[in-house]
Amino acid sequence: MSAPTINLTLKVWRQGRTDKKGRFETYPANNISTDMSFLEMLDVVNEELTKKGIEPIAFDHDCREGICGMCGAVINGRAHGKERETTLCQLHMRHFKDGETIVIEPWRARAFKLVKDLVVDRSALDQIIQAGGYISVNAGGPQDANSIPVPREKADLAFNAAACIGCGACVAACPNSSAMLFIGAKVSHLALLPQGRPEAARRVRAMVRKMDELGFGNCSNEAECEVECPKGISIREIARLNRELMKAELKSA
Amino acid sequence: MNTLANIFTTSIGKKLMMAVTGLGFCIFLLIHLLGNLTLYVGRQTFESYVEHLHALGPLITVAELGLLFFLIIHVSTGAVLFVQNLRARPVRYAVNKWAGGRTIGSATAPYTGFLILVFIIFHLLNFHFVEHPGGLVFNTVSATFSSALYVCLYMAAMVVVAIHVRHGFWSLFQTLGANHPKYMPIIQGAGIVFALLVGFGFGLIPLYIGWGI
Ligand code: HEM
Ligand code: SF4
Ligand code: FES
Repeated sequence: MSAPTINLTLKVWRQGRTDKKGRFETYPANNISTDMSFLEMLDVVNEELTKKGIEPIAFDHDCREGICGMCGAVINGRAHGKERETTLCQLHMRHFKDGETIVIEPWRARAFKLVKDLVVDRSALDQIIQAGGYISVNAGGPQDANSIPVPREKADLAFNAAACIGCGACVAACPNSSAMLFIGAKVSHLALLPQGRPEAARRVRAMVRKMDELGFGNCSNEAECEVECPKGISIREIARLNRELMKAELKSA
Repeated sequence: MNTLANIFTTSIGKKLMMAVTGLGFCIFLLIHLLGNLTLYVGRQTFESYVEHLHALGPLITVAELGLLFFLIIHVSTGAVLFVQNLRARPVRYAVNKWAGGRTIGSATAPYTGFLILVFIIFHLLNFHFVEHPGGLVFNTVSATFSSALYVCLYMAAMVVVAIHVRHGFWSLFQTLGANHPKYMPIIQGAGIVFALLVGFGFGLIPLYIGWGI
């Protein structure tokens, strides 16, 4: 049995690479199978647009299974749509009603420059990682597994934090365009593990400074990010980040 | 010194300043409330509290200067954060929805903060920088709240303070890094209880005094 289909109206943000300003355009999205993902729906709409000689809607995507962090848009005012813990590629059209109008906007933040339509440049997040979000491994012979004991609880917490895919939904959803959930996740992930401890202080200081320099806003504990994060990262990671920064600064020479 | 400068120039450092000064204000609110509760008992009890308070002399001056210092930090840092946060999103969304993290308190903190600042100035002009008739603070209190306008203004101001503190209380713990799945619900609850205590505790005084309820 094939899935039911629905008809929708899209209001999509359109902005060319060289346009100073963008605008909303309205397009019909007809006969959309409710089994489709949001991105597949956009594919169908783009095919129709191409046939009509209209430039297809540009959007980012890669894995289409919620692990790469490339996709993302604000759907009716909600980052990645209103379903919990899903990316845009995991958002199914069955969550929309027949006849609904859907407003689609790109991530909005000063630190994320708009490239085209729904595509934004998220390399600011990469720059934060480059500032210190790694561990330095001076490679030698491979170590024995389990040569460094990691307590189970710590490993679990680190794993939860490591689930961050760098999608930027936290920044998009934050009323202040803050990247605190992202760097909270990255700092926690490494600070919780013995391999990450030696550089923990230098790391957190460098990453926070980079974040500030790139024009992200300041966290005011609105907690919108943790609701919108497709990986369910908790603002407890932000509290841990704050602790790590305080420790690092107080101990610094 | 360097360490302090290093912390406080970062975004997290500015938040820490908000949290520490905010905690100071919460403690102040609690002490101020406990003192003012004597008004519910009666004129004598209140006047004897005032006497004991003033007997502290220089300690009071130190506390006042400390609060003023904290106020300057809290207000100026809050203003910087507010402007930076506006600038961090030059193009706004056409559709804005709350995902479920925000509360009225968190969404309005800069505005309720500003209203509190206006109220603090108004309140000090009312009660602090005045001659008390017959040397009794109680006379000022009862004269002020014989006006329905003042009763309404003070009650409205306490609603605003309660909204600010409802977010501020748990938020300061989060900022200071105290968020644990076991204790955060307790802190959240305590914040709501504290906001209600402040709102009703202070807020009913004007009614009680003004209309002798
Ligand atoms: C009775 C007086 C006040 C109390 C008890 C109080 C308490 C607090 C607390 C506890 C916080 C949370 C700090 C944190 O999250 O780390 C806060 C935040 C804030 N307060 Fe106040 N405050 C008071 C007055 C004011 C005034 C007069 C202003 C400004 C004119 C103000 C503006 C703000 C702002 C803008 C924030 C949010 C800061 C942010 O976004 O990070 N507050 N307040
Ligand atoms: S913390 Fe969550 S919302 Fe933010 S970038 Fe990582 S996965 Fe995306
Ligand atoms: S396309 Fe990879 S997470 Fe959506």
